[in-house]
Amino acid sequence: MEKWNLMAVVVLLGLTVRWTVSLNSYSGAGKPPMFGDYEAQRHWQEITFNLPVKQWYFNSSDNNLQYWGLDYPPLTAYHSLLCAYVAKFINPDWIALHSSRGYESQAHKLFMRTTVLIADLLIYIPAVILYCCCLKEISTKKKIANVLCILLYPGLILIDYGHFQYNSVSLGFALWGVLGVSCDWDLLGSLAFCLAINYKQMELYHSLPFFCFLLGKCFKKGLKGEGFVLLIKLSCTVVASFILCWLPFFTEREQTMQVLRRLFPVDRGLFEDKVANIWCSVSIFLKIKDILPRHIQIIISFCFTFLSLLPACIKLTLKPSPRGFRFTLVSCALSFFLFSFQVHEKSILLVSLPVCLVLSEIPFMSTWFLLVSTFSMLPLLLKDELLIPSVVTTMAFFIACATSFSIFEKTSEEELQLKSFSISVRKYLPCFTFLPRIIQYLFLTSVFTMVLLTLITVTLEPPQKLPDLFSVLVCFLSCLNFLFFLVYFNIIIMWDSKNGRNPKKTN
Amino acid sequence: MAAVGIATGGGNWFSALALGVTLLKCLLIPTYHSTDFEVHRNWLAITHSLPVSQWYYEATSEWTLDYPPFFAWFEYALSHVAKYFDQEMLNVHNLNYSSSRTLLFQRFSVIFTDVLFVYAIHECCKCIDGKKAGKELTEKPKFILSVLLLWNFGLLIVDHIHFQYNGFLFGLMLLSVARLFQKRHMEGAFLFAVLLHFKHIYLYVAPAYGIYLLRSYCFTANKPDGSVRWNSFSFVRLISLGLIVFLVSALSLGPFLALNQLPQVLSRLFPFKRGLCHAYWAPNFWALYNALDKVLSIIGLKLKLLDPNKIPKASMTSGLVQQFQHTVLPSVTPLATLICTLMAILPSVFCLWFKPQGPRGFLRCLILCALSSFLFGWHVHEKAILLAVLPMSLLSVGKAGDASIFLILSTTGHYSLFPLLFTAPELPIKILLMLLFTIYSISSLKTLFRKEKPLFNWMETFYLFGLGPLEVFCEFVFPFTSWKLKYPFIPLLLTSVYCAVGITYAWFKLYVSVLTDPSVSKTKKQ
Repeated sequence: MEKWNLMAVVVLLGLTVRWTVSLNSYSGAGKPPMFGDYEAQRHWQEITFNLPVKQWYFNSSDNNLQYWGLDYPPLTAYHSLLCAYVAKFINPDWIALHSSRGYESQAHKLFMRTTVLIADLLIYIPAVILYCCCLKEISTKKKIANVLCILLYPGLILIDYGHFQYNSVSLGFALWGVLGVSCDWDLLGSLAFCLAINYKQMELYHSLPFFCFLLGKCFKKGLKGEGFVLLIKLSCTVVASFILCWLPFFTEREQTMQVLRRLFPVDRGLFEDKVANIWCSVSIFLKIKDILPRHIQIIISFCFTFLSLLPACIKLTLKPSPRGFRFTLVSCALSFFLFSFQVHEKSILLVSLPVCLVLSEIPFMSTWFLLVSTFSMLPLLLKDELLIPSVVTTMAFFIACATSFSIFEKTSEEELQLKSFSISVRKYLPCFTFLPRIIQYLFLTSVFTMVLLTLITVTLEPPQKLPDLFSVLVCFLSCLNFLFFLVYFNIIIMWDSKNGRNPKKTN
Repeated sequence: MAAVGIATGGGNWFSALALGVTLLKCLLIPTYHSTDFEVHRNWLAITHSLPVSQWYYEATSEWTLDYPPFFAWFEYALSHVAKYFDQEMLNVHNLNYSSSRTLLFQRFSVIFTDVLFVYAIHECCKCIDGKKAGKELTEKPKFILSVLLLWNFGLLIVDHIHFQYNGFLFGLMLLSVARLFQKRHMEGAFLFAVLLHFKHIYLYVAPAYGIYLLRSYCFTANKPDGSVRWNSFSFVRLISLGLIVFLVSALSLGPFLALNQLPQVLSRLFPFKRGLCHAYWAPNFWALYNALDKVLSIIGLKLKLLDPNKIPKASMTSGLVQQFQHTVLPSVTPLATLICTLMAILPSVFCLWFKPQGPRGFLRCLILCALSSFLFGWHVHEKAILLAVLPMSLLSVGKAGDASIFLILSTTGHYSLFPLLFTAPELPIKILLMLLFTIYSISSLKTLFRKEKPLFNWMETFYLFGLGPLEVFCEFVFPFTSWKLKYPFIPLLLTSVYCAVGITYAWFKLYVSVLTDPSVSKTKKQ
């Protein structure tokens, strides 16, 4: 009983932080003519409410796709429609066709923020609580501490409640998927994950681990018997849920094609704005965007992505385990973020979610990663005037992690999950015992540079010739960190001896 | 690495709790702030730009300086930092000025001065040893006490949303209480004297200090049965105490005495022009009295016992500070409230004299003084309930009976603060924080005293659960009914009457426990 009270306290704390952050500014507040993501979401409510389904994704006199045209899958559109009905009930002006463009008021902000909170409360938060309760081998206190840390992760809070998006919906569905698949409710898990993909196409970053894990499960059960049945069931679930979501758009071929074109805007280029991935960092020295033709860019980015995630995926297919699945989710999402085509800075949240899931296993590295991921969005957050909430929530998150996991005492090889890797290196290099020390120094350097760069960005004016200097530096530094993490996570996956030796313990 | 761990509070739960709540306070910066924000900005301007001789005469703004001199000097000190944020806020004629830098400065000034509050709690935790030490950290009385004080809901919303500087003032009070617990009586007396010259509302609890210091410090020994041994009186101690109080007062009021302004200062400090109740009735005895009067007058009208033409047409909660005219019951004068308050305080003070129980007994008397004056005082603000809730937290971790009184008092008292925040964006914050604090306090104290009898009987449980429906009705149902225009005061009326019942009950229960408790010598024999 007392544990549940403590859990309630932790959740309430998470909700309080969310709501207080939501009192701050949002993206594009008072910045006509384009405004920002807040206006995009409002505009989608307007479009979905006033236009028939057939016109949602098409350019027309009523639906100018240049002005925040709908470019997310159907589930987002349905969600907008649902919100629009509520908006209509409260104040029809908020979603009036054409005339509501750029509508801003305190009441409307309150309404929009509430929709985010409700979606979060219904989908993401229950998934987090359930996930932590299902964790094995840790005490109830630790489970509650884990919930606290995940709920306080600043990146998601700042983007959803500050900048304004509904990432908690797609990430929440993905988390339900992870939960289902890890607890052997494979059908429910894949259904939840299909919903996630149909809410935001970026969830495809997570799709390969899901696919490999489920396929591996089928192999394990034997493709000639039980495994085959499971495979058929799974494919039916996936196809059925996709058909259900896309039903209105399957009536005509052109509809489907148009939605797909909107979802995957190949012509928008290799990357947008400043992203902490390889392409953006490389283009500091070499303007790939201008040098190479578009289709070569696509091929290169595809090859890099594919190569970087291949080893982890093969390993997962051959040895499917929930633990390996979680780590593969991290490394695949990170590969996609670093190498794939058309990445947004907010997509780092897709990596952060699986990292949150391994928080209790490798607290030190996860906390570090989550700090870097929040830092990588600094230019965006500064643009939205979210400096104070960003700094405050990041510090709160850091304190929460530091106290509940005492991360600084968990930097031994064993606790960094690098034991088996070090042992195999020591076969060739007997003096290889300094790895934890190096990692500690790297952490300190990384945190120090992040703090320094934040201070510089906030206090100094960039030189006139290089107005983007600081944001480029932020992205470059984060990218370096992410590359390091990619290597680290791949090492963990490849040298994962635990599930080989005693699979019962981890399953 | 270890250094970083210590610096960031790794493993050190107290600093993690304190830092955590400080960060929460920073998140509350953009929330709604009341006119008190302008009050304090105006005081900054007055003390910064005018000579001392005009501080208590200046009346450009309606929010004149009405706190004792130390607080004025405090504002003066703050203003010298404020000028680096925004010079404009220090202009007396810049009424209602609130630039974003002003907001940041004022909010951060509250957050920074709370350091004293945090330190005081740290000291309190040292001297309060709860009944038993649990094995787990979260079950230790010290841990629970620090959460109850650091994360106190009332203080959070009054200081960091509504805007006031109660944090460091309560810090001074708790620190002086802690010093008395540590037998450093002179320091305790000094701190309390300083506190009185910061904000004179603490005069309410002065009787407890006076009697306690006289009985347990100036008299150095007791007879075996616990009564006072008259020949043990120490003149040196009395004189040194008197000297401390006198010096502090001289430092504070002396300059104004020299300027011959003392009457003006005092008239600013004690404005008796205001009405019996604040615009929103504080949940005290007079709220019940007024409500009873209202009910009687309605019954009287229905039964035609009263003449409708003779009834004064004063809407009682129309938002202005005004006199409330009673129709059936006799009207209440300031003198009557003063007598009632004294009558209510007297038994507890007698108890402190005849049944001294050490610092704990003093703390009980202090709480009773605060509660009695809250219940019967003239023009009481709802915020004054914190004066009882915060010291009560210290008692709550000691005994199951005290814990149950604390929970009733804090829950109803905190709920009665809800009308302070009436804006829509703050509605979720106050509900979430209130739930957070209430769930934590109830569950942690229940765990602490799980081996003893349940903390609440069915009636108390029922009463506390009733707050939920009340909130739903007041904030979510009532605004959509047709009564909203006709009887806009109903939610406030219901809230203050409902909470008044709980607070009076808690006061009564505490009084009973103080009067029936065996004295120290007896308990020692058992």
